[in-house]
Amino acid sequence: MTSWTKDTLTGLKAAYGREIRAYFATPLAYVFIAIFLMLVGVFTWEASRFFDTGLADLQPFFYWHPWLFMIFLPALSMQLWADETAYGTSELLLSLPVSLTGLAAGKLLAAWTVAALALVLTVPMWLTVNYLGAPDNAAILLSYLMSVLMAGAYLSIGAALSALVNSQVLAYIAGVVVAFLFTAAGWPMVLGGVSDLLGPGAGDLVAQFSFLTHFETAERGILELRSLLFYMGVILLWLSLNTIWVSAKRSAAR
Amino acid sequence: MLELKQISKAFGTHRAVRSVDFSLQCGEVLGFLGPNGAGKSTTMRIVAGVIEPDHGDVLIAGQSVITHRRDAQRHLGYLPEGAPLYPDMTPLEFLRYLCAARNVPRKACQQAIDRVIADARISDVLSRRIATLSKGYRRRVGLAGAILHDPDVLVLDEPTDGLDPIQKQAVRALIARLAKTKAILISTHTLEEVPAMCTRAIIIDRGRVVADGTPDDFASQSAGGLEETFLTLAGREDENAA
Repeated sequence: MTSWTKDTLTGLKAAYGREIRAYFATPLAYVFIAIFLMLVGVFTWEASRFFDTGLADLQPFFYWHPWLFMIFLPALSMQLWADETAYGTSELLLSLPVSLTGLAAGKLLAAWTVAALALVLTVPMWLTVNYLGAPDNAAILLSYLMSVLMAGAYLSIGAALSALVNSQVLAYIAGVVVAFLFTAAGWPMVLGGVSDLLGPGAGDLVAQFSFLTHFETAERGILELRSLLFYMGVILLWLSLNTIWVSAKRSAAR
Repeated sequence: MLELKQISKAFGTHRAVRSVDFSLQCGEVLGFLGPNGAGKSTTMRIVAGVIEPDHGDVLIAGQSVITHRRDAQRHLGYLPEGAPLYPDMTPLEFLRYLCAARNVPRKACQQAIDRVIADARISDVLSRRIATLSKGYRRRVGLAGAILHDPDVLVLDEPTDGLDPIQKQAVRALIARLAKTKAILISTHTLEEVPAMCTRAIIIDRGRVVADGTPDDFASQSAGGLEETFLTLAGREDENAA
């Protein structure tokens, strides 16, 4: 194991432990999970009129995930680096013999764990549709897995922006705006407008950069390699930006 | 043990540190003095690897902070200005976090924590949230974190600021004990502390080193000793600026 790998793993473990502790030592994780579960229930059962569809599947449940993630996940990631600036601990952090990539990955994984826990707590919905009928459980499982991956992509954007702007409020606003762009790019209304303006080819191209587009294929029970690669690529890209923006503090810090 | 080689740093047009060059051996306690904005904290942050200099290099135990940052930082304990800590943690959790970040094995970690708890005298606040601690206790928790991994070089930015006279005395005694096996760089505003704590002092003003000597050197140079030298040098710069 190289020195960099060792220092990355050390940083990852330390940052993960610190952030997980911070999430559950304050009301943040509990409030996030409670509000997410409440809203996902309201949207699934009421807004999508689940009981009126007469179908025992979780499509009305997964339909709302990208939109709820767009609003809620930046709230989970906004403090990851902004708090270090607010407390002054970024100075302590940068004096530790760990790689910044490890620290960034550890923080992201901690937020991702909380998001995944929120999704795990929705499993009673899955049990409910199985009680009501015979859903396609393979498609549901695939949608869950893709939802977790998509949550990681949203969080990676929020975490990187938290490192860039150094303020929780600004990090949240910037996170929602960027997440909206990645989400709305696959919205039929946006795609129709882009296709009308620039041609169908441009609409297809824009759709390929949307979280919605890649999530919809999983909802249909289709596992596409390009969707997996898309989400992993987004996570790696924003994790890299996160590391670069934290590293930039070394040369720009006052 | 610690060597600063012509380091310079500018923030925009403001030249915060200008060709600062000195070295520090094991057993030395160097008091780093200067008026506000003189470049003390910037120099210390460069030494700690928190920010990069525009020019020059820093060697810690022979390792360059520029080219082998993490290797250099393994030999360094750093107490930043204001002793920043995580308010939601307890001192014990904070020390465990630092053990994890410095990859200290579990058994050695507990021994190290026991040692620094005794050294920094924080045993009675171990399970209290840092947010509820007094300024003095916070500084001692920060100091405990800086010495947790028994580093060769200690960089302490105003370690006694906010402490009461009894706590200051305890920290001075701790620094004297640690100095036997370490090189220690301390910044302070309190000139009276220098003869009590330091074997050598450097005065920095407007980013430049303007004086370097032992407390005895300063005492022999003028009747007012270090304080008079400090006021003269800082005042001279102010007059020149005017």
